[in-house]
Amino acid sequence: MAKRFDIQRMPGFKTIAAVTFVLLYMPIFLLVIYSFNAGTSIAIWEGFSWRWYVSAWDNQQVQDATVRSLIIAFWASAISTTLAVLAALATTRTPKFKGQSAVFAMINQPLMVPEIVTAVALLIFFAMIKVATGYTGLLYLIIAHTAFCIPFAYLPIRARLTGMDLALEQAAADLYAPPFRVFTRITLPQLWPGILAGAMLAFVISLDDVVITEFVKSAGQDTLPTYMLGQLRRVVTPEVNAISTVLLGISVTMVVAFTALSKLKT
Amino acid sequence: MTAAISVRNLRKVYPGTPDVVALADASIDIQDNEFFTLLGPSGCGKTTLLRMIAGFEHPTSGTLTMHGEDLSDLPPYKRPVNTVFQSYALFPHMTVAQNIGFGLEMLGKPKAEIKQTVDEMMELVKMTEMADRQTGQISGGQQQRVALARALAPRPRVLLLDEPLSALDFKLRKDMQLELKRLQMETGITFIFVTHDQEEALTMSDRIAVMSAGTIRQIGGPRDIYDHPAERFVADFIGDTNFVPAEVATHKGTDADVTLSSGKVVTARMPEGEQMQGKVTLAVRPEHANISTEAEGLLPGTLSEVVYFGTDTHYHVALDDGTGFVVRRQNRPDETSGFSTGDRIGVQFAPGVGQVLRD
Amino acid sequence: MAEHSPPANATEKRASRVRWLLLAPALLVLLFAASGPLLITLVYSVLTPGDYGGVIWQPSGDAWFNVILQRDIFDDTLSWSDAHLSIFWRSVKLSLMTTVGCIIFGFPTAYFIATRPKKQRDLWMLLIIIPFWTNILIRTFAVVELIRNEGTINTVLMWSGIIDAPIQMLFTEFSILVGMIYVYLPLMVLPLYASMERLDFSLVEAGYDLYATRMQVLKRIILPLVKPGVIAGSILVFVPSLGAYVTPRVMGGGNQLMIGNLIELQFGQGRNWPLGAALSITLLAIVMVALMAYVRTAGKEGPGHG
Repeated sequence: MAKRFDIQRMPGFKTIAAVTFVLLYMPIFLLVIYSFNAGTSIAIWEGFSWRWYVSAWDNQQVQDATVRSLIIAFWASAISTTLAVLAALATTRTPKFKGQSAVFAMINQPLMVPEIVTAVALLIFFAMIKVATGYTGLLYLIIAHTAFCIPFAYLPIRARLTGMDLALEQAAADLYAPPFRVFTRITLPQLWPGILAGAMLAFVISLDDVVITEFVKSAGQDTLPTYMLGQLRRVVTPEVNAISTVLLGISVTMVVAFTALSKLKT
Repeated sequence: MTAAISVRNLRKVYPGTPDVVALADASIDIQDNEFFTLLGPSGCGKTTLLRMIAGFEHPTSGTLTMHGEDLSDLPPYKRPVNTVFQSYALFPHMTVAQNIGFGLEMLGKPKAEIKQTVDEMMELVKMTEMADRQTGQISGGQQQRVALARALAPRPRVLLLDEPLSALDFKLRKDMQLELKRLQMETGITFIFVTHDQEEALTMSDRIAVMSAGTIRQIGGPRDIYDHPAERFVADFIGDTNFVPAEVATHKGTDADVTLSSGKVVTARMPEGEQMQGKVTLAVRPEHANISTEAEGLLPGTLSEVVYFGTDTHYHVALDDGTGFVVRRQNRPDETSGFSTGDRIGVQFAPGVGQVLRD
Repeated sequence: MAEHSPPANATEKRASRVRWLLLAPALLVLLFAASGPLLITLVYSVLTPGDYGGVIWQPSGDAWFNVILQRDIFDDTLSWSDAHLSIFWRSVKLSLMTTVGCIIFGFPTAYFIATRPKKQRDLWMLLIIIPFWTNILIRTFAVVELIRNEGTINTVLMWSGIIDAPIQMLFTEFSILVGMIYVYLPLMVLPLYASMERLDFSLVEAGYDLYATRMQVLKRIILPLVKPGVIAGSILVFVPSLGAYVTPRVMGGGNQLMIGNLIELQFGQGRNWPLGAALSITLLAIVMVALMAYVRTAGKEGPGHG
């Protein structure tokens, strides 16, 4: 007997979708599995072991890079989120203004300009400052990361603000709350899921950045991703898999939490 | 007596291509203790006017005073007016009691006083048991009451209500109409009420301003507006109306003798201060007219349709002059009109019932 | 509310002051670490390279000249810079192929997700979004582990006796292509899904009702309706592909360069910062043209900022 006609079916589409999902996740699964390999190969399974996690943990360079990554990601996400909250308030809670599109273009610039171009531009600019001031500390990386994290923090916060019922803030003003109290009593309590989402996104983006960090960092300032990039040139052991797995875990947790947060009703 | 709210030549233009004129040139005086309604279709400027009184929008030109004091540069949080929002705008992260007390808290009132007023208010709107509920956990009608209590708690001199009943179902809306009227009488606060629902306006208001296209068309009491609409828009927007072509024969003050298409002459009402001559249009409410024999009637025609509505019956008449006319008669168990479809009949209305409309 | 015919009143002046105060910190940081450096890069592109990197503050058009041309060292004759042109060509070719590859895999996948029951869709999309937010280096590296000579595929094939020596897949144009499709696929699925989810399937029913076959329904009804999604996805994939740096570096192993790697080279071994700056600006210009073309086509459907 013939199958009933399915309006939505397209021949072969399901197969390709299945193949896509398999191809999308297989490399990642293998990467994670081999991080637990007892042997030194990334392809031949020799039994389960934590040895590569232990070895990564004991590796001084990995430790330093981890701490550096976390410091940068912490400050970059904290600062960029704060600035993004202010900017989002300015672009959603005041009337349309001249120069609005220029402001949007500037905020979104890091999303539009190829990363390699930003990286090179920062290399050039910071090289000038390094020569002029002699300072070669972590601040350069923190500022660079802050800048490209701003649009990522800005977008969910802005989305939350525009999704909020303006009448709530007007009601508060109508009930004698001056602007700052409207913000602390009405806007902020409802905005926090957006702020948290923005901050987490910024944190992940900063933690994962390779290109800009690679160009901006001074000698001995490797973060985890640039350390890994350096390692890839050598014979690779599952230690890199172990580091990757940890980073992956952080990203996945953050993304799932981010998705849940963005769904919270206003 | 100075007006509670005095609006003079208020104008609001939203720049754009082309500019949008939300309010063309509005002037109104709203008295103390008055239940005043702004009535009109959506986009007529009624909400814009209300939001300007609240301070959420700024006039392009014109003045706005409250008891003689200029409001123009006062931000919303310094104006002694409170608003009941169409969406209620209850703070979702606060309880019912916290919502009601918010205004007093912002005014820096002592805790004991806030508590007492909040209790009173909850009593007033019959929400005492719901004090600690989150606003998401109460029904639409209850939210409506909380919004009302919240706006009343700081004892504003003027309460602004922006279509507050539009989200409620029919039955609840009827109850709330009476409730609002009661609250207004009890508190003695001036209410400015915005609605597009003519029936709501007629039942509740002391006075109504009918608006369309950014202009105030007519201001008056409900009866005045319904019985004597000054222009076609008002007659058309409020209730059902027959428009009857006529010609002014003579007029004295608000009384005018007009000649109908049938040649018969009847006395009609002219809007105050108007001196219209020549061809005019009369507005006649369907329930103000009657049907009779062709000879007795003012306007001869053929009965084209009889529609039974339960409480009343509509008689559709095709007049000989080519226009249509509807007569509405209340049904009584012991009475029928005695006419049926196709009969030659006449339409009748008493002197003074027809209203001459401004162009 | 912004511009009235009479001068702005006090309320609006205050709003304007507050707005710029709130915007100032973010704009300052962006000016310092995003927009400003771009302008300096533009300046660097017309300076003379220093011997050990950096620049000598002496105007020179050589960098721009060298982007696509070269002068013979001996007889000064002009010719096309074959090395650069072949890298440009490879970048454009691989980016286009990546885009097409992403459509081939992404279109059916997005369609599949869009036709799931409503409650399941978010979960399937989460599976697409997760790789999107994970480290590009890690994802590239995961593919490397699969296709390198000592990697999973070659190991399995040799173990099973199908081949005797590993197949060289890594460090080829093919491996770059595979890596880029893998890395950028989510960027294609996201906008495609967004437009397919809004697809009104009663239109598809109407198509079948009027005797269209499956292929005709796909071609005449579905494709035209989701075209904005296809265009958006293509731009979202093409633009970062063109500027790709990490994937070609890891996958190409230093001999299959793309524009991004060529730019880096000028700041490393090449020691020609002005040329690197000029190449960067060139890349930026190409990307901007692509983005503007997109805004032109998409702009008609509503304000683009999100």
